[in-house]
Amino acid sequence: TIVQNSEEHWVALVQAIATAHDQTAFAELFRHFAPKVKAFLIKSGADAGLAEECMQDVMATLWRKAHMYDPSRASVATWIFTVARNRKIDLLRKYARPEPEDLPWGPEQAPDQADVLALQQESHRLAEAMKTLPEKQRILIERAYFGDLTHSEIAAETGLPLGTIKSRIRLALDRLRHNMT
Amino acid sequence: MQDVNHHISDDLLMGYAAGALPQAFDLVIATHVSLSDESRARLESFEALGGAVLNHVGTADLEEDSFEATMARISAAPAPERAPSPEPAETGIFPAPLRDMVGGDLDAVKWRAVGMGVKQCVLHSGKDASVRLLYIPAGQAMPMHSHRGTEMTLVLQGAYSDEEDRFARGDVEIAGEETNHTPTADPGEDCICLIATDAPLKFNGLLPRIAQPFVGI
Ligand SMILES: [Zn+2]
Ligand SMILES: [Zn+2]
Repeated sequence: TIVQNSEEHWVALVQAIATAHDQTAFAELFRHFAPKVKAFLIKSGADAGLAEECMQDVMATLWRKAHMYDPSRASVATWIFTVARNRKIDLLRKYARPEPEDLPWGPEQAPDQADVLALQQESHRLAEAMKTLPEKQRILIERAYFGDLTHSEIAAETGLPLGTIKSRIRLALDRLRHNMT
Repeated sequence: MQDVNHHISDDLLMGYAAGALPQAFDLVIATHVSLSDESRARLESFEALGGAVLNHVGTADLEEDSFEATMARISAAPAPERAPSPEPAETGIFPAPLRDMVGGDLDAVKWRAVGMGVKQCVLHSGKDASVRLLYIPAGQAMPMHSHRGTEMTLVLQGAYSDEEDRFARGDVEIAGEETNHTPTADPGEDCICLIATDAPLKFNGLLPRIAQPFVGI
């Protein structure tokens, strides 16, 4: 298959882990994402030792939960972010965060390919937009996600294409619900 | 009437996506998102922003044996067999995150009477915020009160109205310092709400003794 952008490449790797327990695919994901996950945890307040432990947990979770990943609703980076965030709350704040109920029509229903493509392209656009954001705004957003800023402080318009991603996710959810009835 | 009050503000959703909110608010948001596809889509878009942040965060040096150690973790606890999909919508009224917190559905709640037929059950009380279930009999009005911080109310059964709007199952009302309201349950069905507050409420009604049990939660 032709790889359009890196987002779709990561999706293919996660799917290879899910369907074939592909260790080469996992090694490639690890090389790319593990150093980012560790950096994210350190910036969120973990020391290097805890960040390494936590990162290994996160990466092992990716292997175990690869079949739960829904590429019509999240990029691989987004999925990894959510796993890392939850592990961070476990370790740094010491509680199991309540998560929204899983959708009962969940991951066994193969997502629509058009939805997957559209969502991954929107994610690519968001990543590109993030690169062109003025330094000051980007740092504000990053600090909010590291957890050292109240969110009112970044209510400022950033011009990031979040609305289009939201519409894509909404469409995918609607389609999933529709498929069930 | 606008529907803006019926969804969670961007501020709170983004805080939840970042994992930066007090536990009490996490529970209300997770429960609300379970009931609203609109909020789920908005939450997942804020998580997409978290993914973009992860992409730009830079890199940290790993331990030399990092990959091997991770593979060892995986072999120690291999991937579970694919779990069957959860049963679609059970008969209860509590979505999964609330059911997990209570240890069951409505019939498992240990209510405490607080007067006028109103009952409550404190689920979690932290130093920064607390969360409780509130049971208001059909047609009953709560004492008028204002707020010292943020109060977030999610309706699970029945409906209530206040000076702002009417709220039914799945709807959220966020009341801040500027809100001074008298929530009144609709006639016909008892109203059950999940409420997080990040500071004790200020009651200004004429029944301070009845109001007392609501304070200091
Ligand atoms: Zn309305
Ligand atoms: Zn109130």
